[in-house]
Amino acid sequence: MTRTRAAIHGWLLLLPAMALLALFTHWPALATFIDSFYSTPRPIRPAHFVGLANYATLADDPIFWQALTNNLWFALGTIPVSIALALLMALWVNDRIAGRTLIRMAYFTPTVLPMIAIANIWLFFYTPQYGLLAQVLGAFGIASHNWLGSQDTALICVMIVAIWKEAGFFMIFYLAALQQIPPSLAEASALEGASRFYYFRRIQFPLLMPTTLFVLINAVINAFRTVDHIIVMTHGGPDNATSLLLFRIYELGFNFWDTSLASALTVVLLVGLALVAFAQWAFLEPRIHYR
Amino acid sequence: MKRREFLKATAGVAAGLIAKPALAQSATEITFFFPVAVGGPITKIIDGYAADFEKANAGVKVKPVYAGTYQETLIKVLTGHKSGNPPTSSVLLSTDMFTLIDEDAIAPIDDFVKSDDDKAWLKSFFPAFMLNSRTGGKTWGAPFQRSTVVMYWNKELFKEAGLDPEKPPATWAEQVAFAQKLTKPDGSGGASQWGMQVPSSGFPYWLFQGFTTQAGGILMNEAGDRTFYDKPEVIEALSYWVDLSRKYKVHPPGIVEWGTTPKDFFERKTAMMWTTTGNLTNVRNSAKFPFGVGMLPAGKRRGSPTGGGNFYISKKAPKAQQEAAFKFARFLTTPERAAQWCVDTGYVAVRPDSFDTEALKKYVADFPPAAVARDQLQYAVAELSTHENQRVTKALNDGLQAALTGTKAPAQAMKDSQAEAERILSRYR
Repeated sequence: MTRTRAAIHGWLLLLPAMALLALFTHWPALATFIDSFYSTPRPIRPAHFVGLANYATLADDPIFWQALTNNLWFALGTIPVSIALALLMALWVNDRIAGRTLIRMAYFTPTVLPMIAIANIWLFFYTPQYGLLAQVLGAFGIASHNWLGSQDTALICVMIVAIWKEAGFFMIFYLAALQQIPPSLAEASALEGASRFYYFRRIQFPLLMPTTLFVLINAVINAFRTVDHIIVMTHGGPDNATSLLLFRIYELGFNFWDTSLASALTVVLLVGLALVAFAQWAFLEPRIHYR
Repeated sequence: MKRREFLKATAGVAAGLIAKPALAQSATEITFFFPVAVGGPITKIIDGYAADFEKANAGVKVKPVYAGTYQETLIKVLTGHKSGNPPTSSVLLSTDMFTLIDEDAIAPIDDFVKSDDDKAWLKSFFPAFMLNSRTGGKTWGAPFQRSTVVMYWNKELFKEAGLDPEKPPATWAEQVAFAQKLTKPDGSGGASQWGMQVPSSGFPYWLFQGFTTQAGGILMNEAGDRTFYDKPEVIEALSYWVDLSRKYKVHPPGIVEWGTTPKDFFERKTAMMWTTTGNLTNVRNSAKFPFGVGMLPAGKRRGSPTGGGNFYISKKAPKAQQEAAFKFARFLTTPERAAQWCVDTGYVAVRPDSFDTEALKKYVADFPPAAVARDQLQYAVAELSTHENQRVTKALNDGLQAALTGTKAPAQAMKDSQAEAERILSRYR
């Protein structure tokens, strides 16, 4: 009797969180999966089962492939750079230097700002002729360039914004991890005459690996989750040069109201991300030293 | 025992929650979703209209809801419609008409037009604004916040370049010649001051329609199930736009941002710009130099698309609410109120007789550019609008941006756009 009562108690305590999760995460995910096998309902023709037709349409859609390629470049460009920057900044502000609180705050500010605000700030930076970038380059006699208005540079420009925002966020994790490393290790290696770089390579970096894995997974997810600054800065243009997968989902779902196709693309993205996360765990986990 | 009491109490609360919305309502309450797309205290003005309407119509309550941008408002209205509980009335893009019809979301305005007075009201709008409000012999939206494309020019820079500051270019050839005089090249392919600029980010098709109309082309049929993106006139129009930057070098290369174009104009980085009449008040407040507002130059003819939002009535709303919403639509578009709306926002008053009201006469006398949009309406055409509007429009936008950034030749770009539009529209015929 007491055991059943305890079990009921336990379930009741779990219920609020579970209900929320089921209602807002699990059910929508499942519904999206099911919807992706049906046609988009129209008043004249309700949804009917179409099998893999939505996925076939996606495979035929050149913009989908372009968004996928863009997104892979976006991930490839932003993830390593923002992680490296984060580590570098963390190492720097971990030392006892003058004004480090101020520097830490400065590095962290981009993370606190909403993405829409950031996008608007950078929109001004990139503005040709009188934008910040144009003015600085102009001082060196370099001609103004239409950064966001050219297919060659637009994607790189939005990648830089993402790096700027992400690096400060990841820095916080590295900073916390660095402060967990016992100072005795640094003292010991100093006594042994190890160089600063050697200490980083053989002691700090391996001890930071759990953090790196966590940051890496987050960075990968974020690289495929970015959409706000695309909407503000380029609307996926010029000619889809900055269209990313999530932006394409938004476009299909809420501009074109082709909810089935958007569902299919969502499933593709979810499966892709799940595979990547799984691969990261499977591949990196055994190589990581946990204390 | 305790548990049973708990369950009972829970059930009681749940029942209360379900029962609440079913309470009888004495007054007819209508909801009104509207977007804000220009500067100024729009929400305050709308709230004022709603309060005035309630005073004049006892028993009707209007609940105005600011719903974000046009796009966000459309999302909210359609989501409400799909869940069975749409707002009674809304302001959405006139070009969303086909989308709304296809979703079976709106009731034709004609359903509520009964008296002779109603009929006269329906005929009172500028014909140009009705082009995007009618299809298949029915009227689906009432013009409310409507705009068009006009040219703004910097009189100071005109004088500096030896041009008559009071005379904007009237033809395509003049436009190029003026722009050449107004461009100050910086020696490395760019310019410290451009002759002109036409924004091409986001929705380049809208400004492009100025060029195509002037070239004598049309982009779609009235039924909204066929586009003509690859017709020679359309390609000619695109070639002209592309040539402005590539051949004549009087227009910035690549994609010109819509949002920063007025700023470029204020900063004297461009001497002429094409943008919406909705920017009139903004330019008036921010330009630190005398400026002119003129019609777009003529190619084979003059021309500009209309733009902006219409008032729609939801199909799923109860009859009494629909009738009240119709009354509200009429209330919003009386000559006096349309005139005041024009003065407050810069939108074009939607009916000719508004321009005979004291308020607008005084405003135009004080600020003549306000009448340019009206005078240009006689040359205006319907804004590009088809079934699956956003998708068909995007096909054109992508082609335009490809041509403007130089990745495709104009003819090829338009051929590709047409093929994509054809693929989407063929099932609507």
